[in-house]
Amino acid sequence: MRMLTVIRQVLDAEETVSIQDGTVALDGRKLVLDTMDEYGVEEALRLREAGAEGAEVVALAIGPARTEEALRSALAMGADRAILVETNAPLDVIAVSSVVAQVARSEQVDLIFCGGQQADWDSQALGAATAEQLEWPQTTWTSALALQDGMLTGKHDVDAGSESFTLPLPAVVTTQQALNEPRYPTLPNIMKAKKKELRRVPLGDYGVSPKLRIVGVEVQVKERRRNIIDGKDASAAAARLVDLLRHDAGVIG
Amino acid sequence: MILLVVEYSQGKVSKSTKEMATAARGMGREGPITLLVLGSGVASVAEDAALFADQVLVADKPELAQYDPEVWASAVAQIAKQGEAHTVLIGGSRSGREYSPRVAVKLNAPLIEDAITLTDRNGVLVAAHYTFLSRVTETVEAEGPVSVVTVKPGAFAASQPLTAAAEQYDAELELPQPRLTVTGKTAEKTERISLADADLVVSGGRGVDSPEGFQQLVVALADQLGAAVGATRALVDAGWRPYSEQVGQTGKTVQPKAYIAVGISGAVQHLSGMNKSKFIVAINKDANAPIFKIADYGIVGDVHQIIPAMITELRK
Repeated sequence: MRMLTVIRQVLDAEETVSIQDGTVALDGRKLVLDTMDEYGVEEALRLREAGAEGAEVVALAIGPARTEEALRSALAMGADRAILVETNAPLDVIAVSSVVAQVARSEQVDLIFCGGQQADWDSQALGAATAEQLEWPQTTWTSALALQDGMLTGKHDVDAGSESFTLPLPAVVTTQQALNEPRYPTLPNIMKAKKKELRRVPLGDYGVSPKLRIVGVEVQVKERRRNIIDGKDASAAAARLVDLLRHDAGVIG
Repeated sequence: MILLVVEYSQGKVSKSTKEMATAARGMGREGPITLLVLGSGVASVAEDAALFADQVLVADKPELAQYDPEVWASAVAQIAKQGEAHTVLIGGSRSGREYSPRVAVKLNAPLIEDAITLTDRNGVLVAAHYTFLSRVTETVEAEGPVSVVTVKPGAFAASQPLTAAAEQYDAELELPQPRLTVTGKTAEKTERISLADADLVVSGGRGVDSPEGFQQLVVALADQLGAAVGATRALVDAGWRPYSEQVGQTGKTVQPKAYIAVGISGAVQHLSGMNKSKFIVAINKDANAPIFKIADYGIVGDVHQIIPAMITELRK
């Protein structure tokens, strides 16, 4: 049983966003393994630890050379080896899904984990697009997962609540926050991760090209009034706030 | 043609469908606006849909009684091919965001997710959507004979019904067997005004200290204002509030006239679900809480003191 956990390296959520040369500036900023992808790495590790037969966890990233750091984080969490499909080219999510599917085929993977939503592209499409490329079934926004006799059982969120499900392997699973609590890499594991296999492959091997072209990027800055009141005197502060909402903002009657 | 997949509930088309109809009419592309209704026992939905379209295609089959991503994607892609659609519009709901990538792959088409604008420029589809946890607006161009687009709820005004109903046709489909088996369902309860439709939202975070605190502060203030109730992921995870109330990256995105954050520190994942609100109001004891950085009005103080005082003030 081989599991592929797809990761992205993204801007740390606490970093401010700014534009440089028509794109979101990443140089010199703190970049991290996307939190949503950590749930996928963690879930794969848990299945391996729960004794899935001959289980191997492979972390895959598609991105520039620096993405190695995020892959090392996944290796430090416990992934067995990593693959970096290296490119500086702008891709779109459908092109990325084609690469993931090709890697999954050549690696003979049984289960793929993707983050539920990417913190850079805000895309939710990678899991489903990859599943379609492979003609596999999928579950998205998965909040609980177990594996027994080649069958996944679990729970996931849908339009109007949540569903319990069963799903045969091979399959694609996308994650969300409630799925698990990702482990922190320990120092010995961080050291070990440096020696684990990380294979680099050029994107050219996969013959993909994006169909979407980014033509404009703009940071959303909505001027806020920042009219903040000291609340030591609760009733005076409450009266002031209600007055502002009524007469300044006009949002309450 | 422009193919629009109808979202509906309780026998009527949803607001999102009417919003997509506006997007379809306004984008400046030729071809009939075709609404596709998928489901079982959906005659009334189809009748309603006919007031928002040039034509309606109906697939009313028992196999479509329950949504499944593979079945839906297969149906939509078949219709798009048959009708040589150049644009496929799908709702930006959880399910729409889930099956639309499959449609794009089947059609070898680009996928635009969560579009907030949509325009044809000399045959190229141009759309804006948010990225970087809704902090950046990105404009993209899609090339090729067909594009698949999910439309962000609330981004377009809802269409008014036409006076004459469009013709309805039966859709010819071959459907695959679903591979995901649903073994149980937990439905959301919605007693009060829904988050998506509310002009005012009162939302609570850890600062309310307990489920009772949430009731006494957030729910009471919402009742006083006739507002919808929201909550942070932390409270939903703790089981204090239902998932249907969750606002943020993995919950709902809201854009009310005023969003009142009670005891919410303002993690970026939460902010991405509400930072487009017209006015943001924050009450929190920590003056350094990130929520204050994007607040229009706020009080640094104890929510257990401030909120009851606000309710008293509002009753005056």
